[in-house]
Amino acid sequence: MAELLVDWKKEKKIATREAYGQALVQLGKDNPDIVVLDADLAKSTKTSDFAKAFPQRFFDMGIAEQNMIGFAAGLATTGKIPFASSFAIFATGRAFEQIRNSVAYPRLNVKIAATHAGISVGEDGGSHQAIEDLALMRSLPNMTVLVPADATETKKAILAAAAYQGPVYIRMGRLAVPVLFTDDYNFVIGKANVIREGQDAAIIANGLMVAEALQAAEELSAQGINTTVVNCASLKPLDRDTILKVARQTGAVVTAEEHNIIGGLGSAVAEVLSEHYPVPLYRVGIKDTFGESGSPEELLQKYGLTSAHIIQAVKSVLARKNEKSDIN
Amino acid sequence: MPNIQDMARIIRQDIITMLAAAKSGHPGGSLSAADIIAVLYFSEMRVDPQNPNWPERDRFVLSKGHAAPVLYAALAEKGFFPKEELLKLRKTGHFLQGHPDMNKVPGVDMSTGSLGHGISVAAGMALAAKIDNKDYRVYCLLGDGEAEEGIVWEAAMAAAHYKLDNLLVILDHNGLQIDGPVKDVMNLEPLPDKWRAFGWNVLEVDGHNIEELTASLQVAKNFVGKPTIIIAKTVKGKGVSFMENQVGWHGNAPSAEQAEAALAELKGGNRNG
Repeated sequence: MAELLVDWKKEKKIATREAYGQALVQLGKDNPDIVVLDADLAKSTKTSDFAKAFPQRFFDMGIAEQNMIGFAAGLATTGKIPFASSFAIFATGRAFEQIRNSVAYPRLNVKIAATHAGISVGEDGGSHQAIEDLALMRSLPNMTVLVPADATETKKAILAAAAYQGPVYIRMGRLAVPVLFTDDYNFVIGKANVIREGQDAAIIANGLMVAEALQAAEELSAQGINTTVVNCASLKPLDRDTILKVARQTGAVVTAEEHNIIGGLGSAVAEVLSEHYPVPLYRVGIKDTFGESGSPEELLQKYGLTSAHIIQAVKSVLARKNEKSDIN
Repeated sequence: MPNIQDMARIIRQDIITMLAAAKSGHPGGSLSAADIIAVLYFSEMRVDPQNPNWPERDRFVLSKGHAAPVLYAALAEKGFFPKEELLKLRKTGHFLQGHPDMNKVPGVDMSTGSLGHGISVAAGMALAAKIDNKDYRVYCLLGDGEAEEGIVWEAAMAAAHYKLDNLLVILDHNGLQIDGPVKDVMNLEPLPDKWRAFGWNVLEVDGHNIEELTASLQVAKNFVGKPTIIIAKTVKGKGVSFMENQVGWHGNAPSAEQAEAALAELKGGNRNG
């Protein structure tokens, strides 16, 4: 089992974008080929940390995301390892076809590190809340898609992305979230981590929903329901073996993601289960609707992305699982 | 080795032959660029067919990727791969894709085909040379209809901002796009003024005049502090009388009979053709 902090609820919350800024600086020291591009959001995406430390290797491309991706592709052809950053909505949406044809198709070594994903962007509202970025990136051949859960995992995911040869999309958030993992946490691209074990149902989550899943598991356990929690930060490649293993062990699965239920983690897990081992499944996520302005906490509540919603979902899959075993 | 004029004529013949064999593809914009490509590959660029990924090589990005036949012809004539491969263009399982693929075709520096991307990627390559203090240059062939894409102007802004004087764009200004004359579909003029306003060094030449092209490349090489664009006035379908200035020959391959007629013209020594 992965290394979970015992008192994670007492730790100071840190936004994953903060960890990104720090990881970039570390990378910059270790590897002269790292270059960073931003599209006029360096202070928000935290690439400004790298810009301060390595001004010669930082390039602000202005408010022109398509061209930022084109430049990144060109830099990658020469052996540079470009990290291109913006908000998730613009990085993946505005520049989608550049990513598709000039990064993924030629399999160039570009890292698209996007922040401000999901509705936890908050007050800026629906225009700025990417709920479809994972669906877009996951559908591209050659693309690796990572959704780290906390600051510790973000640092490790960024280092792993830099060491990996090929296009990677890394999704990060604006909101400060709990730090869940110790520094020994083992992050591997393509691996899901079981971070809690229980026989009744499995909760497979990524991003900020991992903390909600752990909270839900704790409350469920007090009610006598024991759940496995899987952190599925590597959305693509997906760790099929671990997903099938926990499905077999528990016979009931809930997915939890801060993304549209179409095209993200819930869909990915449903694809694997329906082909190989169908079990009752409930997808906690944004129900095919755009977000709106509000405080992140209130929006997460309103759009059904809290531990309470996961608890409800677990109870619903358990009911179906028990129905099924009654029939059998 | 043949002189540049002769090489351009050979490249034009290759284009017709391979498109007739492929039965689809884009002759018009390939023929309009044949002289430009001949100058680049046979007098201008530092490339090594024996070592296509040589890190010190000059780069070429065919931003107007649908003109792949003109690039493939030059690469084959230069020795990057055997000439007979040209006859398998666009065939299932063969490496010569309908649009250039850097992972399949030796000598292709960037996969292109989606208009506007190439100039942006070429500028990124030029920036890399600046970061590493390398002296290779980056050449990019842009279409005129292609310049309707917004990313072209994003890239133009950024290349000037980062003073990429090692980037040289040649605009194949043949004046036609699929839906008709560029000036009727979406007018781009005044093109030279636009590029100057974006901070570029602008040269204007006859894109079928080898001496003018060669001289302008020399000027561009010595120009410091700004990227250069050579606006090359060309004729779409150049060299084949029945294809010249005909919109219909943008994306249609010649039949066997048409190819025979075209090749007869191209071999016949009609220098106006």
